[in-house]
Amino acid sequence: MIQAAKEPYVSTTNACKLCKPLGASLVFRGVEGAVPFLHGSQGCATYMRRYIISHYREPMDIASSALSEKHAVFGGGPNLKKGLLTVMQKYGAKLVGVASTCLTETIGDDMPGLVREFKAEFGDLGLPEVVTVSTPSYSGTHAEGFHAAVKALVEQLTVEGEAVEAVNLLPGFVSPADIRYLAEIFDDFCLPVTILPDISETLDGPALDEYQKIPEGGTPIAAIRAMGRGPATIECGRALYNEETAGAVLEKRFKVPLFRRGLPIGLRETDSFFSVLETLAGAQMPRRHALERGRLIDAYVDGHKYLFGKRAVVYGEEDLAIGLCSFLTEIGIKPVLVASGGNSGKLEEAVKAVTSGILGEAPETFSGADFYQIAERSKELAPDLIIGNSKGYRMAKELSVPLVRAGFPIHDRFGGQRILHLGYRGAQALLDTIVNTILDKKQAGSEIGYGYI
Amino acid sequence: METSIETPIFDERRDQIHRTGETPFAIACNRDSLAGAVSQRACVFCGARVVLYPIADALHLVHGPIGCAAYTWDIRGALSSGPELHRLSFSTDLQEKDVIFGGEKKLYQALVELIDRHQPKAAFVYSTCIVGIIGDDINAICRRVAEEKGIPVLPVASEGFKGNKREGYYAACKAMFDLTGTGDTSGIPKLSLNILGDFNLAGEIWIVRDYFKRMGVTVVANMTGDGRVDDLRRSHGASLNVVQCSGATIELAKMMQEAYGTPFIRVSYFGIEDMADALYDVAKFFEKDDPEIMERTKALVREELSVMYPKLAELRRDLEGKKAAIYVGGAFKAFSLVKAFRHLGMKTVLVGSQTGTEEDYRELAAITDPGTIIVDDSNPLELSAFLQEKEVDIFVGGVKERPIAHKLGVGFCDHNHERKEALEGFIGMYNFAREVHASVMSPVWRFTPRRIKIASSGSRS
Repeated sequence: MIQAAKEPYVSTTNACKLCKPLGASLVFRGVEGAVPFLHGSQGCATYMRRYIISHYREPMDIASSALSEKHAVFGGGPNLKKGLLTVMQKYGAKLVGVASTCLTETIGDDMPGLVREFKAEFGDLGLPEVVTVSTPSYSGTHAEGFHAAVKALVEQLTVEGEAVEAVNLLPGFVSPADIRYLAEIFDDFCLPVTILPDISETLDGPALDEYQKIPEGGTPIAAIRAMGRGPATIECGRALYNEETAGAVLEKRFKVPLFRRGLPIGLRETDSFFSVLETLAGAQMPRRHALERGRLIDAYVDGHKYLFGKRAVVYGEEDLAIGLCSFLTEIGIKPVLVASGGNSGKLEEAVKAVTSGILGEAPETFSGADFYQIAERSKELAPDLIIGNSKGYRMAKELSVPLVRAGFPIHDRFGGQRILHLGYRGAQALLDTIVNTILDKKQAGSEIGYGYI
Repeated sequence: METSIETPIFDERRDQIHRTGETPFAIACNRDSLAGAVSQRACVFCGARVVLYPIADALHLVHGPIGCAAYTWDIRGALSSGPELHRLSFSTDLQEKDVIFGGEKKLYQALVELIDRHQPKAAFVYSTCIVGIIGDDINAICRRVAEEKGIPVLPVASEGFKGNKREGYYAACKAMFDLTGTGDTSGIPKLSLNILGDFNLAGEIWIVRDYFKRMGVTVVANMTGDGRVDDLRRSHGASLNVVQCSGATIELAKMMQEAYGTPFIRVSYFGIEDMADALYDVAKFFEKDDPEIMERTKALVREELSVMYPKLAELRRDLEGKKAAIYVGGAFKAFSLVKAFRHLGMKTVLVGSQTGTEEDYRELAAITDPGTIIVDDSNPLELSAFLQEKEVDIFVGGVKERPIAHKLGVGFCDHNHERKEALEGFIGMYNFAREVHASVMSPVWRFTPRRIKIASSGSRS
């Protein structure tokens, strides 16, 4: 295993990560009737809204307690309570998901305590659910914020009761298109499912005749309450293995069996995902999915010559990067660098695990990386292809290497919310894009102008 | 009759909304955003960052956890004709241990590292929220590094919670002011000025600079679009400061007036009249030194307009009678937009800003038709309700407003700092008209549920 020659830089240049509350805000947007709320300065909410809107091209309201100097000195409690009341009254929120920011963590606001006080003071008003999550951006990235919010929802809402049929699916940070497809798969297996969070409609909704204060869709709150009574939990993401996640909470507190799998990207990780569904459903993979799987393998074969031996740099959230790395390896592309701004300590091991059957030597990994470092190393590695979110564009341009866009954010292309990454169908879409990207480069670089490639 | 839809106005915000002609003018503004309302505003850091961002040969280091730097990476379309250091995002990326033990050491090391790597002409160090809480002595670190590295290292007091964008503008102006008066002013001619409050989005400052050049006026410093540290340092040698944009750089102009006696005028480069007025005002100022400058300026304006008017008239034929809504950061831009829409035969039915003053809103009330909604520090709920009530054809705003408009089947024009089309100058008016036209005339609206509903409910008043 070669580790990247990692310079001990003090500064961060062009971060390959975002801050924790952004991940939490996305999760809360994926809950029915919920309003994401940041306890902090106004700027945090506004910046994150802008960043998220530029990807999804959908309204993304994030409320803020809009703290000012006096609150920073005397505590943000009064503004938090006032903000909750405003959101309640004006948005008619069923749930307010409150995430902290570095400001309120540093001044030491006790959010759960403040919310308890709020409920005691205004309990007669018919309050919405208020879920709090601690997301100081000086510890962890948006990926950790995302998983922390999922966990907070389960910890604070899920209760005992009668058994339900719905399987819990915690897919991680994937696209609205991915979530729609996952729901379809469960449907085809005749397996009821609770997907948390579910941004398939809330962040990719239809044109409207009346503005919706809170977009329709999202995981129903009643379904979250019942997650402790489901037959099983599937939690995606190899960087989450052995972590105290929502899935672990459901297992520990409610004895719901937990199936941990990687993000189902590429053939093998998807096979592993489908095998869990086959077990849970007690049935074979439905024919249409078996056909999609077959077509995918057929396409692997048809495309193999264009891809074999090509070298790729992959980056993004750890789970996405691991999944993409697994997929690339099986189609004959060699991931020469798998990098992430995240630093869970799991990246190297997971990359080894998903490549070991195919590659003699595991790809180089780089945790806690920024784009300055990724670009520096990429220059030495001279890849044929770069795969990740749109923030790698500058690097790709400098290296004259094509960038295949995946994940979040996609700020310089259209349709980022509709990119399909998961399952056989997602692998098919990624494969077609990658092959065509390589052919495009080949065609553009040739004077002959081949009409058949 | 336009039906009045129930508007989700927050009680606390009622006095921040005015309807022209319906009541005597009164509006409240410049107050803290209401907690829980989704304000379209940002914070002090944001204000400072957007103003200083285009200074292309300076290092912009954000001292704090990663978010503030990540969200402002390459955020503006502020172009540079040379170095592009401003397009990189630098952060001290503070971690938990830094918050507990202080971030001064990390700041020092990061500054030294980045200055050695990039050799900038100056460095700006932005404070973020928690820096104000953990009590890092940024000023001391900046002084130390400035001494060691021999370049100006300027602290920007931009802790997010210390106010809104406007305080950020002030912090930026203060940092820039510290640069002025430190460079050699020899060789600067009498007919010279600084451009303040233009950020060279989509190359706009180059359009304006070209006009001044044709008038025979030298531009000493761009503040800040396509800005350079050395130009800022000698900017006190210019005869005049020409200030655009309501809040962003007016404080710098005032500071320079007091310190160096540099007079300033306020202008706007948006729209035909305002652009022409800007040039005429500058010509008037220099007339005593160059009696022919006014003639040259008039010739310039004539030339530009003779090319543009016929093109504009063509677009106007389609746009006549359409309705526009405006929600922008600063109110000064809103004035120009109201006038620009009038040129296109369009009616402004809603106009608002994040940070306007009472004076700004009074003027807006004076130049808009009865019934126009004037709003301060609005939010998505209000804006969407206003768009529905007024049956707007195009909404001019920033990226956060775009999905509100699009969701409701309303056209949109990005007039914020991410725009990629030059909208300033005479050519900018044409670009603006073309963009409005491209959106308003698109066939897609007829398929949207809201337009179908409007169409089926009969004719509009």
